Amino acid sequence: MSTFLGMPAHAPRGVGHLRGDEPFPAAARTALANPQLRRNLEHATTTIRGKSGRVIAEVPDWQELRSAGSALKTYTMANLPRLLEQLEEKVTAAGGVVHWAADAEEANRIVTGLVRQTGEQRVIKIKSMATQEIGLNEALGEAGIDPVETDLAELIVQLGHDKPSHILVPAIHRNRSEIREIFLREMPGVDPALTDNPADLAAAARRYLRETFLSTKVAVSGANFGIAETGTLAVVESEGNGRMCLTLPETLITVMGIEKVVPAWQDLEVFLQLLPRASTGERMNPYTSMWTGVTPGDGPQNFHLVLLDNGRTAVLADEVGRSALHCIRCSACLNVCPVYERTGGHAYGSVYPGPIGAVLSPQLTGIEDNATLPYASSLCGACFDACPVKIDIPSILVHLRNQAPHPRAEKAAMAAAAYTMDRPRLYRRAQRAAKLTKLLGRRGRGLPPPLNGWVASRDLPSPPDESFRDWWRGR
Amino acid sequence: MSKQLILDRIRQALSTSSAEPEIPRDYRRGPAPVDLDRLVDRLVDYKAVVHRGSDISVIARQIIGAGSLVVPPGLPPEWLPSGVPARVDDRLSAADVAAADGVLTAAAVAIAETGTIVLDASPDQGRRILSLLPDLHICVLRPEQVVASVPEAVARLDPGRPLTWISGPSATSDIELNRVEGVHGPRNLHVVLWEAA
Repeated sequence: MSTFLGMPAHAPRGVGHLRGDEPFPAAARTALANPQLRRNLEHATTTIRGKSGRVIAEVPDWQELRSAGSALKTYTMANLPRLLEQLEEKVTAAGGVVHWAADAEEANRIVTGLVRQTGEQRVIKIKSMATQEIGLNEALGEAGIDPVETDLAELIVQLGHDKPSHILVPAIHRNRSEIREIFLREMPGVDPALTDNPADLAAAARRYLRETFLSTKVAVSGANFGIAETGTLAVVESEGNGRMCLTLPETLITVMGIEKVVPAWQDLEVFLQLLPRASTGERMNPYTSMWTGVTPGDGPQNFHLVLLDNGRTAVLADEVGRSALHCIRCSACLNVCPVYERTGGHAYGSVYPGPIGAVLSPQLTGIEDNATLPYASSLCGACFDACPVKIDIPSILVHLRNQAPHPRAEKAAMAAAAYTMDRPRLYRRAQRAAKLTKLLGRRGRGLPPPLNGWVASRDLPSPPDESFRDWWRGR
Repeated sequence: MSKQLILDRIRQALSTSSAEPEIPRDYRRGPAPVDLDRLVDRLVDYKAVVHRGSDISVIARQIIGAGSLVVPPGLPPEWLPSGVPARVDDRLSAADVAAADGVLTAAAVAIAETGTIVLDASPDQGRRILSLLPDLHICVLRPEQVVASVPEAVARLDPGRPLTWISGPSATSDIELNRVEGVHGPRNLHVVLWEAA
């Protein structure tokens, strides 16, 4: 696929984790056959919905904050070139080095090269959606560099040779006893008497990673916010693994999607109120770190910021779809989604699961590579209500459904229906003929191929014994 | 370098755009009266231990017990508990900082509504790793450092300094989305609200 230079481009194939191995309906079927997974998800999402609802109810101006957050994001997208150049200027002035990566391959090449320059063989990582998206761990591994995930849930995923299934809690599909089994099997030096008490599991991760934190000289992070006005980067976390990575190593490499830029320092007053309450259901997350370039004598003395496109400009080019870039990765939409709660994150294929993933992934890759995701929704609208920056996910889903390739038989059937509905006599005859569909069995289950594909997940309504028109005439 | 390429792509993508919005800032921005009891309530809710009093050195000694302390170079000397081994951070190694049982620091700002304290690496707070590696953090707050809400805290802080926002001890929500205290950061957070004698 070649494009003109300077034209917005999709994320390239063959690198990163934006495309699944199979379409959503097939993957969802596998997930639905796993009752343990469904129990784990129902428990976790019910817990977080309760917590989040309670702390949001404490805030009298929640709706005003949402409106401000939404407007700030719209403003940011409209002024993106200026804000990114300002961010670069401020970070550089504060002693950092800014790199620009057009896609996943270039970002991986830049980060791998920077780690190689240090001569180190191991990096510690803070959980980051951007580095998962581009498959950075695989690229580092191929270069002989060992990436160590330090977030508890990422560690569970890494030790379990598993894939993340949630934006905030990548191991949400695992319950405490499964986590204990993974630790006992895979964590070197773990106490064989480890219980499945969450506090004990957290303590095991603390012991396991302590020495790694103290001895590793390079860290890789993502960023929640990058302030154009000041060049300040912010990472929001809970465990302190982020603080370890951001302060102990000599070199820090931060990979940030270009949409994460925030215009002014003051704007953090909006996002720092929205994000924790919508995300983990806390008034404030335990730790937030903010740094501007390099501080002499405190923290990493080499700081690199990698600004990543990888399909984001293609999303930006769609006036309806671009608000998917407003996402602050809180994952509230996952936690309220009836589809996500039943299928889990793996079924979506991409690192971005749930409602936001269903609108973001197809736009980053191009609709043909994720054509089924816009259908992974009942359009109930719960995600729109839950979104702290008011992204109208249902409208984008419908918009993308119109762009997705439709089967020829469906197109022909819809064209025939439109023709018939335009012509009253034809329509009357069709209504009478519709009674014959009763021959097809209950809810259309007896339809022959390819029409049975259409009713595989839909019910064919059974026609009434007498149509309204017939009843009217015979009244 | 792909800078020009990315900027060209963005300008192309935005070429059909409509006008940009005004930012509605009709949320609460303060200043609002500070409710210290609310701060205490929020700190305790996230498993911090709160002390109130005027003699910092006595309170600190009660907390640290027989343990050792590491302190930032600009800590007010009268806060140091007598009889407690305390090392001043004059570029100590990370291992030396980690070897201390606890750290005693001041703070820059605190937010009552969220139970958050913010450190800005001033001399009485020190380098960021000081409040990170020891398993116990004792943080002293002056009443005038407490604000009611997040916007007031953002307005007071200097983004040019390295900032650490702390809300309770280290915790995780990664196991079944329930909050569990105690992962990599200090597992014990004691906040001392300084009251004039």
